[in-house]
Amino acid sequence: MLSKPDEHGKFGIFGGKFAPEVLMTTVEELEAAYNTFSNDKGFRTELDSLLSTYAGRPTALYFAKNLSEMSGSKIYLKREDLVHGGAHKLNNTLGQCLLAKHMGKRRIIAETGAGQHGVATAMAAAVLGLECEIYMGTEDIERQKLNVFRMKLLGAKVNPVDSGSKTLKDAINESIRDWVTNVENTYYLIGSVVGMHPYPLMVREFQRVIGKETKVQIVDAEGRLPDTIIACVGGGSNAMGIFYEFLDDAAVELIGVEAAGKGIETGEHGASICEGTDGVLHGMYSKLLQDADGQIKQTYSFAPGLDYPGVGPELAYLAESGRVKMGSTTDEETLNAFKILSTKEGIIPALESAHAIHYAIEEAKRKSGTQRDHLIVVNLSGRGDKDIYTVAQVLGDRREEGYV
Amino acid sequence: MTLEDKFKELKAQNEKAFIGFITAGHPSAEATSEIALAMIKGGVDILELGLPFSDPIADGVTIQRASESSLSAGMNTDLYFEVAAGIKGVEKVCLTYYNLVLQRGLEQFVHDCESAGITGLIIPDLPVEESKPLLKACAGHETDLVFIIAPTTTEKRMTKILELASGFVYVVSLLGVTGERARLSDAVRPLIGKIKDLELSRDRPQIPLAVGFGISKPEHVRAVCAVADGAIVGSAFIKMIEERAGPELGDRKALLTEIEAFTMSLKQETKNTR
Repeated sequence: MLSKPDEHGKFGIFGGKFAPEVLMTTVEELEAAYNTFSNDKGFRTELDSLLSTYAGRPTALYFAKNLSEMSGSKIYLKREDLVHGGAHKLNNTLGQCLLAKHMGKRRIIAETGAGQHGVATAMAAAVLGLECEIYMGTEDIERQKLNVFRMKLLGAKVNPVDSGSKTLKDAINESIRDWVTNVENTYYLIGSVVGMHPYPLMVREFQRVIGKETKVQIVDAEGRLPDTIIACVGGGSNAMGIFYEFLDDAAVELIGVEAAGKGIETGEHGASICEGTDGVLHGMYSKLLQDADGQIKQTYSFAPGLDYPGVGPELAYLAESGRVKMGSTTDEETLNAFKILSTKEGIIPALESAHAIHYAIEEAKRKSGTQRDHLIVVNLSGRGDKDIYTVAQVLGDRREEGYV
Repeated sequence: MTLEDKFKELKAQNEKAFIGFITAGHPSAEATSEIALAMIKGGVDILELGLPFSDPIADGVTIQRASESSLSAGMNTDLYFEVAAGIKGVEKVCLTYYNLVLQRGLEQFVHDCESAGITGLIIPDLPVEESKPLLKACAGHETDLVFIIAPTTTEKRMTKILELASGFVYVVSLLGVTGERARLSDAVRPLIGKIKDLELSRDRPQIPLAVGFGISKPEHVRAVCAVADGAIVGSAFIKMIEERAGPELGDRKALLTEIEAFTMSLKQETKNTR
């Protein structure tokens, strides 16, 4: 069932091109350029070389022995946190920057929430000699200072966005406005499997390398495919990246984990598939967190990469069809998993990825004691250096309250 | 009256259309009715009433701020139609984003437009490719789906758009979002020329062309009306409302006088343009 969009860029009813007319010609050009270059041998060779010699691929598939022992199933971690820059984001930005360069666009713009996509874009733009401007909500700038500074060091200009909720969705709005204005020389580099066609397809294809490597590595290590693959879901790029290669392997359970924030019942969360309804935002028909009129709701997660009211259309489609199962994890549970992975395995995960770690530990406990070892692969999509301030703040507050 | 009839009527009087945009509910639902009345007194031909969306990607900061203030003051889709229905004596079109139409249900939204006397719908994030379901919902109703043509629109796309267009075509004058600009974009004249050439090669009456984005001054309106059938002014009104709409009734009165005078000065430029 390898899902491909149809000629209108739709996965079932999801996806499409709900873009302002001024962008439509550019979107058509992008689609044509992507179709040409993705099949071009020279382009592939150049990208593969960057991925291996610059990004550090393939990344390791690590057997988390201590985590496995404490939870009762075998847990492997796909170490995307080891990609240059500290997250899977570079896989996509290298691909798209290379595409932009081949298309003759000299200026790259991008939005960022956690700052990881911004950093990855700034890196790819630097190495390929392109100009780079990043839009970021002021709320996110405040909680991701480290990444803001990294982007600046990498030569990118960071444009603060002070409208709306001052987070990722508003940074996307502002990027689209810049794109609309400078469409002739500017390439808009979307960081997740969201937006108008062909972005969801293109980003998934550039991230697909995660699943391809995982498949080979797990068979090497265990002689079989995993029982379960777990990934966190904000827009869905790391999830689609690892899931896609396994879609046709019906026995492999695929689970996406959304941000339950302060708890689903509080309404302060980012669980667009679990709690959302169908609608159109940022160029795509997908699952959205919205009110009855269709106004987009404010989302919340302490992991800025999951703080988004929509999700990639292909993932919405796969979840609705039942192929991908969805779950959610609160801030509190995530923080616990963050501490466990740090102290038991010596790996500080990104708060986004720690959502998946929590779900994996719980899943491992549920499946422990089955006849053969239950085999779980978690996509550890990023490392947690960027989150240490957030975590310190949360822990600090609690100390005052006497929790820790 | 249909939108095309309105353009015809104006043409018979040797006038072009002056189209004014305001965001419903900015700064309040009550004020919107008063502001609309001032615009009508000033001679606005078509009132473009924005139904605010939380994430207006085609709009600049001015309209985004107005949308945010309107929504936080309690504007919603039900209230919008109430306000719209109360405004009489002018042609009305609704500008909003597709998600709001979708959530109400396409048929229901079109039905509510018709009940409120709204004869046109402008949806900036609904390109011709995705427009089929809404076009179907509009069929048989007196509500036209107004399409947009931009400077980047290729001839192939223009042909497709002109085939499906009704009411009028909204010609975006520049690359960018809505908002005031010091001078009129140079792209307008050649763009209108290109559309007209395409229209001439087709065997059907020409559809009216109204130009928007970056038009804020009487001289812009005159220049636009020399080549097109109408001019659209939005952000300049919003800015005026934002700056002058104080909490006191006295402030409101001064604003309304100013809106009326501004409308009149813009409408004047649509007369005797040939």
